[in-house]
Amino acid sequence: MVKQEQELDNRPDNTAFTQQRLPAWQPMLSAGIVIPGFVLIGLAFIGIGIALFVTSRSIQVLEIDYTGVAQDSPCYRCSDPDTKDCMCSMDFSIDTLFKGPVFFYYGLTNYFQNYRRYGASKDANQLSGDLKYFTNPSSDCSPYQYDNDKPIVPCGSIANSMFNDTFKLYQIVNGTRKQVPLDGKGIAWWTDYNVKYRNPSVTPLENAFNGTVKPVFWSRPAYKLDPTDPANNGFINQDFLVWMRRAALPNFRKLYRRITEGDYAEGLPAGNYTLEIAYNYPVLSFDGEKKVVFSNVSWMGGKNEFLGIAYLVIGSLCIVMSIVMLIVYAKFKFPEED
Amino acid sequence: MYSFERLFRLHSGKEHLQKKRIVVPHSTEDEELSELLKLYKGNKIRTTKYSLLSFLPKNLFEQLHRFANVYFIFLAALNFVPVVEAFQPEISVIPIILVLSVTAVKDIWEDYCRFKVDHLINRLLCHVYCSTQKTYVDKCWMDVRVGDFVRLSCNEIIPADMLLLYSSDPRGVCYIETANLDGETNLKQREVVSGLPLQGVEFTPESFCSRIECENPKNDLSRFRGYIEHSSGVRIGLQSSNLLLRSCTIRNTETVIGIVVYAGHETKAMMNNSGPRYKRSQLEKRLNMDILWCVVLLIIMCLSAAIGHGLWLKNLKDPVFQVDDETSPALAGFYVFWTMIIVLQVLIPISLYVSIEVVKLGQIYFIHNDLALYNEQLDSRIQCRALNITEDLGQIQYLFSDKTGTLTENKMVFRRCSIYGVEYPHEENGRRLEVYEAEKNEAAGQSVTLKSGCSGKSLSYRSLSCNRSSVSLHTLTAESAEEDDQVSSHVQPRTNAFCSRMEVVPDPQLVRKLKLLCSPVVHLSDCSSGNTSTLELSYITDFFLALAICNTVVVSSPSQSPHEASEIRTPLKSLEEIKQMFQRFSFSPFSALTSHSPPQIEDSPQSRASRDTKTNPDMAGQGVENLNREMDSDGDTHSELLYEAESPDEAALVHAAQAYCCTLRCRTAESLLVDLPGLGSLAVPLLHILPFDSNRKRMSVVVRHPLTGQVVVYTKGADSVIMDLAETPKEQTQKHLDSYAREGLRTLCIAKKVPLLEEYDVWLKDQLLAESSIENREELLLASAERLETNLTLLGTTGIVDRLQEEVPETIETLQRAGIKVWVLTGDKQETAINIAYACKLLHANDQLLTANCGSKNACAALLEELKLEVQCGEGSMTDLTARVESSSGSVAGFILVIDGRTLNWALQEELKSNFLELTCRCKAVICCRSTPLQKSQVVQLIRDQLGVMTLAVGDGANDVSMIQVADVGIGISGQEGMQAVMSSDFAISRFKHLSKLLLVHGHWCYSRLANMILYFIYKNVMYVNLLFWYQFFCGFSGSVMTNSWVLIFFNLIFTSIPPLIYGILDQDTPADTLMEQPELYQAAHTSKVYVPNMFWITVLDAFYQSLVCFFVPYFAFAGSDVGELSFGSPINTSALLIILLHQVIESKTLTWIHILVLVLSGGSYFGFVLLFSVLCVTCSPPTNPLGVETLQMSQPLFYIICILTIVMALLPRLLLRALHNTLHPSAVLKSDQMDRMNAGKYSRRMLCWTRSHSRGNRLSVCADNAGLEPSVAEVVS
Repeated sequence: MVKQEQELDNRPDNTAFTQQRLPAWQPMLSAGIVIPGFVLIGLAFIGIGIALFVTSRSIQVLEIDYTGVAQDSPCYRCSDPDTKDCMCSMDFSIDTLFKGPVFFYYGLTNYFQNYRRYGASKDANQLSGDLKYFTNPSSDCSPYQYDNDKPIVPCGSIANSMFNDTFKLYQIVNGTRKQVPLDGKGIAWWTDYNVKYRNPSVTPLENAFNGTVKPVFWSRPAYKLDPTDPANNGFINQDFLVWMRRAALPNFRKLYRRITEGDYAEGLPAGNYTLEIAYNYPVLSFDGEKKVVFSNVSWMGGKNEFLGIAYLVIGSLCIVMSIVMLIVYAKFKFPEED
Repeated sequence: MYSFERLFRLHSGKEHLQKKRIVVPHSTEDEELSELLKLYKGNKIRTTKYSLLSFLPKNLFEQLHRFANVYFIFLAALNFVPVVEAFQPEISVIPIILVLSVTAVKDIWEDYCRFKVDHLINRLLCHVYCSTQKTYVDKCWMDVRVGDFVRLSCNEIIPADMLLLYSSDPRGVCYIETANLDGETNLKQREVVSGLPLQGVEFTPESFCSRIECENPKNDLSRFRGYIEHSSGVRIGLQSSNLLLRSCTIRNTETVIGIVVYAGHETKAMMNNSGPRYKRSQLEKRLNMDILWCVVLLIIMCLSAAIGHGLWLKNLKDPVFQVDDETSPALAGFYVFWTMIIVLQVLIPISLYVSIEVVKLGQIYFIHNDLALYNEQLDSRIQCRALNITEDLGQIQYLFSDKTGTLTENKMVFRRCSIYGVEYPHEENGRRLEVYEAEKNEAAGQSVTLKSGCSGKSLSYRSLSCNRSSVSLHTLTAESAEEDDQVSSHVQPRTNAFCSRMEVVPDPQLVRKLKLLCSPVVHLSDCSSGNTSTLELSYITDFFLALAICNTVVVSSPSQSPHEASEIRTPLKSLEEIKQMFQRFSFSPFSALTSHSPPQIEDSPQSRASRDTKTNPDMAGQGVENLNREMDSDGDTHSELLYEAESPDEAALVHAAQAYCCTLRCRTAESLLVDLPGLGSLAVPLLHILPFDSNRKRMSVVVRHPLTGQVVVYTKGADSVIMDLAETPKEQTQKHLDSYAREGLRTLCIAKKVPLLEEYDVWLKDQLLAESSIENREELLLASAERLETNLTLLGTTGIVDRLQEEVPETIETLQRAGIKVWVLTGDKQETAINIAYACKLLHANDQLLTANCGSKNACAALLEELKLEVQCGEGSMTDLTARVESSSGSVAGFILVIDGRTLNWALQEELKSNFLELTCRCKAVICCRSTPLQKSQVVQLIRDQLGVMTLAVGDGANDVSMIQVADVGIGISGQEGMQAVMSSDFAISRFKHLSKLLLVHGHWCYSRLANMILYFIYKNVMYVNLLFWYQFFCGFSGSVMTNSWVLIFFNLIFTSIPPLIYGILDQDTPADTLMEQPELYQAAHTSKVYVPNMFWITVLDAFYQSLVCFFVPYFAFAGSDVGELSFGSPINTSALLIILLHQVIESKTLTWIHILVLVLSGGSYFGFVLLFSVLCVTCSPPTNPLGVETLQMSQPLFYIICILTIVMALLPRLLLRALHNTLHPSAVLKSDQMDRMNAGKYSRRMLCWTRSHSRGNRLSVCADNAGLEPSVAEVVS
């Protein structure tokens, strides 16, 4: 007997795995499972959809286009590319309290920050404060790599094209202009500010930029971006960081400031306002538009009606489907079994 | 000057090398010749493809031959062109590196296995003569060189092709077993080169100074030409019978010495060593078509991107974000085209090829491990030799089967015989055969008691053939270790082949008659007066003597050396007495036959038997008992005897003779030792053997009769030949022959001749002349044999049964139900073929048999037309008939075409082909008998090419090889007839019945798995790539991606690569039991193919839809917001991954913990990777640096809101369609499930009815509550 057992050493193992008899769940999508499933999904979606819709409704958004294409626009004068250091102001009014914290965005349309060659045109090592790359920027930055054989810092197209309009917001209180304090701190990503972008550890910062030139388009070198706050200069300038985080789509807005301080911590009260714009950025050449956007945010982000509606539609579709399935099931299934 | 001469000599040596090979002993003093010897290859073998140094370039070169890899390399190279680069160059190298290294690792592993085997073989030791030490020393195989003398002992393996110079056998022969070479386990005889100082004297290599000239290495195993020139100048021709082939085993010979003529890779064994099979499956061919579509799609997408980008650039008027404005829009568009090709590269599922290979390996693993395909008796599993056509098993439409050994066991067992015109039905024997079979079926596997004798024998035999190790096999099949295992596993059980003796139960009547001979009561004078004439008695004795000696069976026994003669037992009767009897018989046959035939021959055996018992009941009974007792004791003493025969028929006959106590005990060159009942051992001097050949279809032995001293010729052969040669053919015997054939037995005729002395002397002279002639010896020998084999006296015939394998009828029926047309192609006689067809249910009683036998082409053409008409008419009447027949017998009546080889030849000709095809298409089955191997393959080829169907050929013998090779799927049955069929097959099984599971379950699964996997793979790629494409509409078609490029590359290579593999290996669309129970499913799956162009486009459309959803839901959710590029991509990527994984859950028919684990791990690996990457990757991966993206995104509820919406929306249509489909067309699984539930529910239904009738209850509520959830309850209610 022992011998015979030895003889059978070729015998396959009789395990559930080798014999393909593993206990298996068969996801049989019969009507019996699908109909209740659809009903449940439908109900859940309708619930979420309603919540989203209501939330989205409660979000206030105020958009002001200041491109100045139209002749009656206060900024029409500035839209001429030959005009330098042009200032214009837009007036607007708010009917009800614009609940805070209010987010102050600037928006651009038809602007392709996601253009592949544009996106690649920067030097990550330079921006992380590596002095080696100050004198010798990456070739990715080309044609914004050197200006008259001097390395450009920060190099590249993204940095070069940095948005340089600035805004001041005034509330008109009894005919006088009361400046609304704008909070420019923490508008960039924490990781960008603390990890990704670093100034070279040279004091004063200006010395690090010796032998380099500012980007062609810029009016001031990087170490003088924010004359009011010395800590907000160089590569960790908040506006610079926001700009460097490229937008996904050609119509985008970027956070400019938040309104969180003083009398406006609760939001912008109803009333008249004036927005003073230092108009620098040319957009007309590519049919772009410039605008400012005031918005408050909720747990689901900015105002977006699409998601709520989509949830509601899909939820109702699921319910309808389950009813259809039920009918089909009843029609085709029951007679068969008689 | 010397060196010049040397060079010249070498050169001339090389020239010599080109024409023929000169071999002299290695110790030769002739410098020129020893230089020449050095030119020949050594015995070291290297089957590895690579060496350490050559691996990288060679492997790369080989891999680059594949189109897929070239594509990868092209993409990688493209990415190094700055203007078109899409990712960092190093990223685009990852896929190609990964694919190449996976393949390289596989290649290294295979090569390493080969190296190990080679090493093992090269280090084997053998005795080689050393001229300095004047003795044989141990040398490694690899050190053996041409011209060496090698001494081998019994059971040793031959290290190189050698010329046999000496054998310890006094006749100068030795036996080799060529199982390692061609799988034939019978022993082959090899002869010492003639003209050498022969036997007895120990061979001394020093004295050998002959020169051998032979042809250059050729791979023809059976051909060897050359001559040996002795020092005396005499030339002697050399044949293949002088050559010992590498990797064969020496058997039954103590010592042999030979000189190596071919070594290493120049040996015939190595030259016959071909690589593994590569076939391309149908599915793969169609897959290539779809890949072409993918290419078209890719080009369209890239073109539209290029044009889009050109237009976009053209419309831009010097924007601030413009990077450079030097390149013209057209050129930029051209660049973008290539960039897009890189970005969208995964659309062409190159990794699919690697995945398919892996999936097939997995499928093979499961096929290989299936217990149902394992044969416990032989301890052999299915062998999967072709690794890439598993799914073809699920597509078979035509099955071509050999008969002998495939449908039948090819285990020849003596069943019945007819001697002197008297039939001995051997009823007990027949019963026993049936019982044995039934028992075997019952005990499926566990060694049946009856078999124990056999297995014991085989064990002892194995201990005898100690060196039967698998090592030798490596030299032959050193391709891979796997293959070796298969081969070696194969050899061992085959020793069981010749133990059929156990199954012969003697016929009592015949035993009684035989008993008369040995019974001392018999008075010789009374013989003629008794009911059994002495003439008949002598016929019977001669018959059994012929069975025992007229063969080339080699006898061996583990206890004694083959040469040793066993001591002669004391005869029961005085020799003199017997001699007298035989002397009287020896002339009586002639007189008896010429004068009259005994009247009692016409009696029916039954009446004779009854008369027997009446007249002499006591004695007969006693006789049988005595004989039985004697046989029992014989069984003990002879159980150790082993017969090794060239054909199983021979073995069966020897065993049959042994059952009647005519035991062949020992065979030497000059004599045979035979036990005869009542006489004990007799030495029969053997004068000549005229071996079997297929032209004569017979073989003869010429012996000197041990008792009479006369020269007697015993001939055994095919009935057709012997009946012609026999002097007076007997009608009675012919009748028996016919009835045997009808029963499906294999028939052989036994005849004898006592040539007159003068006649013999004349013949002897011719024979010697023929034997010694060098030129056309074969022809002369043939003629000589034919001269002797005339005027034969027919002794009798034998019927040998070749039993049907177990479950053959069931298997054939199952296969036919599965819609597979079964053809039987056999070389056998028409009657036998038809009988087997009946036996295996290929033919039913109500089937209409069409036979096509015609002598000329015109007749054949006419016949085909006629048959076609008949079938057409028949079909008309059949249709209304079938309804009735079907209902009554359950099987559809149809036409069966039986065609013989000659007619087939005509039918296969160009003009008649189409008619023949048309006819066969209408037939349920076709039986081709008397067909040659070539015809078999022609038939398969005709069907395969003309009808464009998937064909499968199954066979076991060398004659099936061509058919197996031609068919899409070739299956070899590892049976009794050697391994040629197995060697050329794609799959080798041990039993015909395994076919049903292999095709119906594994074939079905493999096909559906692979087809679904491919579709899924294409879906996955199209779906993901389209996401990137849609983004192009929003980035000016500039080739931007919204995902980190590492994630992009890994998405296909890592995050979603394993689930499809698991899906392709483990999915079971229908449970195995259901597939086996409902063979129709095979056909159904076949007609409603999973993998058809429609399915491809539906899949692509669904992929488009899903990618649209997956892209535009996040798009609308983020439109106008401050979302960054990568933040936008994050929910898209995540939901795409989840959609792809969940899509598979929907598509899978079964989910096991392995599926779940892999799915979870895949998802987990994605999240793990992107999260880690977004934390750790500070400056890496420049254009798409992911730092902080995912961590931020995944902390926001919006991310999840988007993902959930996207996933549900994307999967909803498919989910819905699946559900609807399952409701409207419940699959077989659901149906069978329902059936089960219905059966189980019958009782409860009855109960319910009962309760309902008794209490008018809550019908409605039951219905409403359970309408959707419980079909069984619902059905009960309705």
